[in-house]
Amino acid sequence: MFSFESLVDLPLIWYGLIATAIFLYVLLDGFDLGVGILFPFAPTDRCRDRMMNSIAPFWDGNETWLILGGGGLLAAFPLAYAVIMPALYIPLIIMLLGLIFRGVAFEFRFKATGKSRRIWDGAFHFGSLVAAFMQGVIIGAIVQGIEVEGRTYAGGSFGWLDAYSAMTGVAVVFGYTLLGGTWLVMKTDGETQVWARKSASYVIGYVAIFLAIVSISMPIMNPEIRMRWFSVPNFFFLLPIPTASLIMLIIIWRDLHTGREYRPFLLSFGVFLTGYIGIAISMWPYIVPFEITFRQAAAAPESQSLLLVGTAIMLPLILLYVGYCYYLFRGKASHESAY
Amino acid sequence: MFESLDPTLLARIQFAFTISFHILFPAFTIGLASWLAVIEWRWLRTGNQIYADVYRMWVKIFAVTFGMGVVSGVVMAFQFGTNWSRFADAGGNVLGPLLGYEVLTAFFLEASFLGVMLFGWNRVSPKMHFASTVIVAAGTLISAFWILSANSWMQTPQGFRVGQNGLLYPTSWLEIIFNPSFPFRLVHMVTAAYLTTAFTVAGIGAYYLWRQRHVQHARVMFGMAMIMAIFVAPMQGVFGDLQGLNTLEHQPAKVAAMEGLWETRRGAPLVLFGWPDQEAETTKYAIEIPGLSSLILTHDLDGEVKGLKEWPADERPPVAVVFWAFRLMVGIGVLMIATGVIAIVLYLRKRLFDTRWFQYWCMALTPTGFIAVLAGWFVTEVGRQPWIVQGLLRTSDATSPVMGASVAISLTAFVIVYGFVFGAGSYYILKLIGKGPAGDPEAYGDHGVEKPPIVTDLTGEKGGLHV
Ligand code: HDD
Ligand code: HEM
Ligand code: HEM
Repeated sequence: MFSFESLVDLPLIWYGLIATAIFLYVLLDGFDLGVGILFPFAPTDRCRDRMMNSIAPFWDGNETWLILGGGGLLAAFPLAYAVIMPALYIPLIIMLLGLIFRGVAFEFRFKATGKSRRIWDGAFHFGSLVAAFMQGVIIGAIVQGIEVEGRTYAGGSFGWLDAYSAMTGVAVVFGYTLLGGTWLVMKTDGETQVWARKSASYVIGYVAIFLAIVSISMPIMNPEIRMRWFSVPNFFFLLPIPTASLIMLIIIWRDLHTGREYRPFLLSFGVFLTGYIGIAISMWPYIVPFEITFRQAAAAPESQSLLLVGTAIMLPLILLYVGYCYYLFRGKASHESAY
Repeated sequence: MFESLDPTLLARIQFAFTISFHILFPAFTIGLASWLAVIEWRWLRTGNQIYADVYRMWVKIFAVTFGMGVVSGVVMAFQFGTNWSRFADAGGNVLGPLLGYEVLTAFFLEASFLGVMLFGWNRVSPKMHFASTVIVAAGTLISAFWILSANSWMQTPQGFRVGQNGLLYPTSWLEIIFNPSFPFRLVHMVTAAYLTTAFTVAGIGAYYLWRQRHVQHARVMFGMAMIMAIFVAPMQGVFGDLQGLNTLEHQPAKVAAMEGLWETRRGAPLVLFGWPDQEAETTKYAIEIPGLSSLILTHDLDGEVKGLKEWPADERPPVAVVFWAFRLMVGIGVLMIATGVIAIVLYLRKRLFDTRWFQYWCMALTPTGFIAVLAGWFVTEVGRQPWIVQGLLRTSDATSPVMGASVAISLTAFVIVYGFVFGAGSYYILKLIGKGPAGDPEAYGDHGVEKPPIVTDLTGEKGGLHV
C-alpha cells in the first residue's frame, strides 16, 4: 500500500483541490444557470434560441465539476460528506430537482414544437433559478455552522432555513445572473448582445450590495471571523480582497457601456474569486463550520494518495480537452438548432 | 402522521427507485454509443449515405437518453450522502476513490466530447468527429468499470481492515478494485447493455420493415441487431452462469434465494416455478426438475447445495423478490437466445427481412432488455440483503439521520418529476422514431425529400427483401 503521507500534507492538498473543484463549478455552471435565469426576459424567441445554443455544448461538462466536488468530498473527506449531506437534505434535493429540469430542457426544447416548447422554456428558467437559489441557501447554511454530535448531523430537517440563508440564496441568483449576462455579451451579437449588456449592468448594482451585506454580516455574526478580519496586521493584509472586487465591479460596469466584449466576463470571474477567497478565509480551517476541521474529516492517507495520483494525471488532461471544447465552439452562437 | 414513517424503509425505496431509473439510461447509452461508433466507422469506410442517416437518427435518440442519464446520475452522486451517510462515513475510505476515479476518467470525457459529437459536425473533420464518438463510447465503458467495481466490492468485500469507530481502511487497492465478483459482473452488465440496445434497435428496425418505410436503413439496423442476438445472447447465458457460480462461492444465501431452496441437500432439484413463503420457510406449489440445481451449480448431479435454513432468519434476503426477478431475467435471456436461433434459420432461408411474424416478435421484444437489466439488479441487490456491505454492515445501520417526513416528501417529488421527465423523454424519442432516418433535411441539403435520389444497395447484405 502506498501513501504520500510522509511526503506531502495530503489533507491540505485535498482541501485545496476540493475547494478548486467547487469554485470551478460555481463559475462554469454559474454562467449556465445565469443564462437560464435571464432566459424569459430576452426580447425575442430568436434571442432565446441563441442563448441556449451558446451553452448547449458546455453545460454537461460544467455540471460535472459539481459531481467532482461531491464525489471528491466523499473520497477525500468522507466525514464531512456524511455530515453535510443529511444536514442539507432538503435544499440539496430541491437543487437536484432544479438541475434535472434545467438539464433535460436542452434536449427537449429543440424537439418540442408549438405550445409544448413553452413548458421547456419554463423548465429551463425555473430549473436554473431554483438550483441557483438553493446553492445560495446551502452556502448560507454552511457559513452559519452545522450542528454535529459524534460523527453525525444533530440538527433538524429545517436547520438550514432562515432569513440569512434566504438572503444568500438571492445573492447567488444575482451573482449568477451577472456571470450569465456577461457570458452572453461575449457569445452573442446584435439584439441579444444589446439586451445582455443592459441586463448585466442592471444586476451589477445588486451584486455589489449583496457582496457588501455578506462581507459585513459574517464578522458580525461570528466573533472568530471578526477577529480574523479586523485584528490589526490581518486587516491590512486582507484589505486588498474587498478592494479588488470593488474595482473590478466598477470596470465591468464601464466596460458594459463602452462596448468591450470579453473583459466583463473575465472580470466577473474575478469578482467571484475574491468573494470565494473571502469566504474561505473566514471558514478556515473548518470543512464543517464550526465543528469539524479538514484535518479531522480527512480520509485515510492511502485513500487520499490513490486519488491524488489519478488527479495529478487526469486533471491537466481534463483541463486540456475542456479547453479544446471551448476553443472549438468559440465565436458567436447562432440561433439555429445545431444537430 | 409522519413520525410513523420508517426512514430506513423510505430511504431504501427512494434509493431503489432513483437507481433503477438511472440504470435504464446507461444500460441503453453504453450499447448505443458503441453501436454509433461502429456505424460511423462503416460510414467513413464505405461512404454510404445510409450509414450517415442511421447515425444522425440515432444520435438524436442518444442525446435525449444521455441527457436523462446525466441528470438522474447527478442525483445518485449525492444520494450516498443524503440517504446512506453512515455508510458513506464507514465506507468512504474504500469506495470514495473508486467513485472519484469514475468522475475523473469517465464523466468529464463523456460530457465534453458529447458536445463535439452533437454540435461539432461542421467544426471538426469527419475523423475527429468519429474520434469523439469513440471517446464517448469508451467513456461509458470506463464509467461502468468503476461503478461496477464499487458495487461488486459491496457484494464481495476484500482488501480492507476495520478500524476505529467501525471505519473501513483500505489495505490493498488491487484486491478492492478487482474483488472476486467484479470481472463477472462487469462482463455480464456490459453484455446486458449491448443486448438491451440491440433489441431496442431490432424492434424499431422491425417496425420500419413491417411498415415498409426506410427499408434500406431498417435493414442495417435489423441486420446488425440480429448479429448481436445470434452471437451475444448465448454468450450472455454463459456469462450469467459463470456469475451464478461465483455468487455461489461468495454469497451462497443469495443463490439459495434465487433457487428457492430451503433445505441443504445433495441432488437438489431445480425449482422452475413456485411460491417462496418466507414465514413457512418453504417454496409452495413447486414444479421441480430433480437434481438439476446440483448439476448446474456444482456440475455434479449429486452435489450438495446449501438451503436458506443454513442462515438465521435475520440473515436471509427477501426470497420471493429474488426468486421471481431471477426467473424473469433468465426467461428473457432464453427468449433472446431463441431470437438468435430463429434469425439464423430465417437468414439461411433468405427470409430474414420479410417474415411478418418475426417482425412482430422483435417489436414485442423491444423493451425486454430494460426489464432484464432491472430484474438482474433486483436479484443482485435484494439478494444481498440484509447487508449493504456483505457480512460487514447492515443496511439498517447505514442510514442517514434524516426524518421520515423529509424522505417521504423527497421520494414523492422524485416519483412525480421522474415520471414527468421520463414521459416527455419517451414521447420525444417516439417522435424521433416516427420521423425516421431519411426525413432529415440536413442530410440531403435543403430539399427536404423523404428519400435520397440514389439508393446504393448495401454491399454484403444478403437476404431476400424485394422492394
Ligand atoms: C439484458 C439483460 C440480461 C440478460 C438477458 C441476463 N442478465 Fe443476468 N443480470 C443482468 C442482466 C441480464 C444485469 C442487469 O446486468 C445483472 C445485475 C447485476 C449484474 O452484475 O448483472 C444480472 C445479474 C445476474 C445474476 C446475479 C449475480 C449476483 O449475484 O450479483 C445472475 C446469477 C445472472 N445475472 C445470471 C443470468 C443468466 C443465467 C442469464 C441467462 C440467460 C442472464 N443472467 C441473462
Ligand atoms: C452499480 C452501482 C450500484 C450501487 C453502488 C448500489 C448501491 C446500493 C445501495 C447503497 C443500496 C442500499 C441498500 C438498500 O437499499 O437496501 C442498494 C439497494 C438497492 N439497489 Fe443498488 N446499487 C447499484 C446499482 C443498482 C442498480 C443498477 C439497481 C437497479 C435496479 C439497483 C437496485 C437496488 C434495489 C432494488 C435496492 C433495494 C434493496 C432492498 O432494500 O431490498 N442497484 N444499492
Ligand atoms: C451499474 C450501475 C451504473 C452504471 C453502469 C453507470 C454508468 C453510467 C454512465 C454510462 C453514465 C453516462 C451518462 C448516461 O449515459 O447515462 C452515467 C452517468 C452518471 N452516473 Fe451512473 N452508472 C451506474 C450507477 C451509478 C451510481 C450508483 C452512481 C452514484 C454514485 C452513478 C453516478 C452517475 C453520475 C453522477 C452520472 C452523470 C455523469 C455525467 O455528467 O456524464 N451512477 N452512469
